[in-house]
Formats: sequence, structure tokens, C-alpha cells
Amino acid sequence: MDDHGQKLSTQHLQAWFGAHLALKEVSIDIPGNRVTAIIGPSGCGKSTLIRCMNRMHETIPSARAAGAVLLDGRSIYQQDPVQLRRQVGMIFQKPNPFPTMSIIDNVTAGLRLNGLRDRRRLEEIAAQCLQKAALWEEVKDKLRYPGAGLSGGQQQRLCIARALAVNPEVLLMDEPCSALDPISTSKIEELIHELRAHYTIVLVTHNMQQAARASDQTAFMYMGRLVECGETRQVFTTPKAQQTEDYITGRFG
Amino acid sequence: MPHIDQQFEGELQHLKQEILRAGSLVEGMIARTIQALVEREAAVARDVIAQDPSVDQLQVEIDTFCLQLLALRQPTASDLRFITIGMRITTDLERIGDLAVNICEQVIHLQRDPLLKPSAVLPKMAMAAQEMLKRALDAFVHRDVSRAQGVCTTDDIVDRFCTEHYAEQVSGMQADPGTIEAGMRYILVALHCERVADHATNIAEEVIFMLQGKDIRHGRV
Repeated sequence: MDDHGQKLSTQHLQAWFGAHLALKEVSIDIPGNRVTAIIGPSGCGKSTLIRCMNRMHETIPSARAAGAVLLDGRSIYQQDPVQLRRQVGMIFQKPNPFPTMSIIDNVTAGLRLNGLRDRRRLEEIAAQCLQKAALWEEVKDKLRYPGAGLSGGQQQRLCIARALAVNPEVLLMDEPCSALDPISTSKIEELIHELRAHYTIVLVTHNMQQAARASDQTAFMYMGRLVECGETRQVFTTPKAQQTEDYITGRFG
Repeated sequence: MPHIDQQFEGELQHLKQEILRAGSLVEGMIARTIQALVEREAAVARDVIAQDPSVDQLQVEIDTFCLQLLALRQPTASDLRFITIGMRITTDLERIGDLAVNICEQVIHLQRDPLLKPSAVLPKMAMAAQEMLKRALDAFVHRDVSRAQGVCTTDDIVDRFCTEHYAEQVSGMQADPGTIEAGMRYILVALHCERVADHATNIAEEVIFMLQGKDIRHGRV
């Protein structure tokens, strides 16, 4: 989808951890080939929301969800979760390459798990994904070295390459730069900008300047509710809701 | 609701106080300029001219402070609008200060010329411009959109005074060519007053942008 139509949407989504209601009737549209940032104070439900988008939420014991999550208009609950997570990949806060695997094996782990054995094909895809993740130039001469030996920023780009290898349509990024230095952060943000042409990206971030720099639309959540969602330039200059205004100007949070 | 970061809150309050200081200084200059004009007081005009460097200095200080806030605080939403309009309001105030100087320079020259028949329109026009400035600054202090909107609509009245005054002076100069130099000076004074009103309108428009995020400049809604 490249016309900025809705790629992913939630309708009246509710999510619980045991008896605790973490998401309250959240309805949000995520347009295709755009970057949607989700901001809000700790505990507001940002991560829970994106973890519902690829059914990671339900993997937690006692967690459950109600309401609808639609990918290309189709309920994700009618899809095989493993297949869904290939379409809707996830990048986590802390870079988590497989510590015992080489760089190239990290990238191709998902493909090999899916049964692809053709070595040449695997190398080809790994090179493409490392290029897309803007890491190729830095690692092309050490593909057999352990992934864990890379710097934090490189490891995060390796994880992005690994997510890209299974050919996803949506990338969910949960604070992907919070453990990185400013230069590595800039590289990831530049990468997000590049990836937007081919993927739909949802970016959870505590860094409001990152949301302002890297996203097309921004959603503000507070206490499990979606308070406001709009064009990033509008939300950061003239937010509609007073709560958004108070949060982004540092009056609470 | 104040900011959690007390230092930032204090910095924004400081910026507001500095803008008000510049506003009060310029408002005083305009009041004294009208006094110098109406009473043909060259000494008062010289006092006004002597105040101008203080306004210039304040403009530089406020600009520098705003740039620091933008760079170091990376403000958003109402804070961003407040800081950016702070820079613009200060520029308008500095220009009004310059216009007060321009009028006072004419007053000094006019004092040397023979007395013309007093203009009926010019004092009214100057006072209307002064009132616009006062109301625009009040709108800023009290965060009052309707007061700011009122200033924008008053600008037309000043423009009409300016046209009327021009006709009055031209007719006087035609009747007595000996008054051409003084008549031209009065026309310049009126034009400067009209520009003061324009800058007051700018300030009012900036206040509306600060409060509502709506850019109404150049007839935009």
C-alpha cells in the first residue's frame, strides 16, 4: 500500500493485564508508508498498544485484549500469529541480536527457521537487508563475526535488518533509540526515514523531539486512552487537546 | 498549569517581563512623541530620540534570549509560539521606537518653521495609533483575543485619518505655497503614525497567533 490509506487500525481496543485495564477503547488508524509516533508518559499504554498490533500482548500470562485490530481491513485475530508477526515485525528498546550467532546468521535466522536452505540466496537476502538497514558498509567484511560484537547502534540496525529479512509490511518500533548515543540515534532516524518508502512504521518513543523529527503523524496517549492523533507538525505546534499541550510542553508527565 | 521544570518556567516569565519592559518603554516614547508634536516641544522630542538606544539594546537582548531558549529548551506548542512571537513583537516595538524618532526629528524641524493652522486630523490620528499600541500590548499581557481582534479592525480608521490628513495638507499647500516644506513634514509625520498603527496591528495579530495558533496575517483566516 503506498497511497497512505489505512494499513493498520484498531477499533475500541481494550487490553488487560489480569484485572488491570491498560488500554481503554483505543481507536487509531495507522496510514501505510508513513511513520506514526506514539508518545505519552510511562504506563500510558503505548507499548501495550503496539504489542496488540502483532498479538505479542496475548503471549503474556493473564493478558487479554478485546475490540478489533485490522491489518489491510482484515482482523488479525483471524490470522496465524506466527505468520502475522512476519508481516508485522517488531524492534525492541534494547538491541537483542542472537548472541551466539554471526552477523549474517542473525539476519537470516527467520528465513532459516522458515526452511530456506539455499546458502547463496540467504547471503543475497542478508546483503540486501543489511543495505536497507544502512549497516552493510560497516559489516560487509566481517559477516561471520558475532553480532554481539557490534556497537549498540550497529546491533539495533542489525535487529532492523533481521526484521526486514522476513519481508514485513509493518515495523513496530518500541523505543528503538533509548539505549543509543545521539549519532547512532541519528542513523536510526535516517533509516526510519528511508524505510518509510517501503514499510509502515509505528514508533513508540519517550523522546518527543524524536517523534517530532521522525514521524508524519503523532498520537498522544494518557492513562490508557488515545487523547489525540494528528499530523506531527500540527500536534507539536497547535495541539487540539489541552492534555497534549500540557504534556508536550512539560507541564506534566 | 506551570512547567514541571521550574527553571524553564522562570525563563519564560523572564521573557514576558522583558517584552513588557520594551513595550512600556515604547508606549512611553509614543506618548511623549504626541506631546512633542501637539505642543511643538523640541526638548521633549530630543528626550524621545535619546531613549531609542535603550529600545535597540532591549531588542538585541530579547532576541538573544529567545534564540537561547529555542536552542536549549526545544520548546513546542504554546511555548514555541510564545517564544517566536516574542522575537517578532520585539522587532515591531523596535520599529515603532524608530518611527517615534522619525516623528520627533520632524517636530524639531517644524518648531523652526512658521506656525501653520493646526491640523484637525493629525492629533486624532496619532492618538488612535497610540491607543492601538496600548490595546495590543494589553491583549498580550491579559492574553485577550477579542482585544487583539479589536486592534486589527481599528487600523482602517487610522488609514482613513491618514488620507484625510493628506488632503488637508495638500489643500493648505496649494492655497499658500510658502507652507510646502512644513506641509510635507506634516505629511511625513502622518505616514509615520500610520506605520505605528501597522506595527500595533502586527503585534495584535501575533498575540492571536500566540493564543490560538491561527495566522491571520494578510487577511488569512
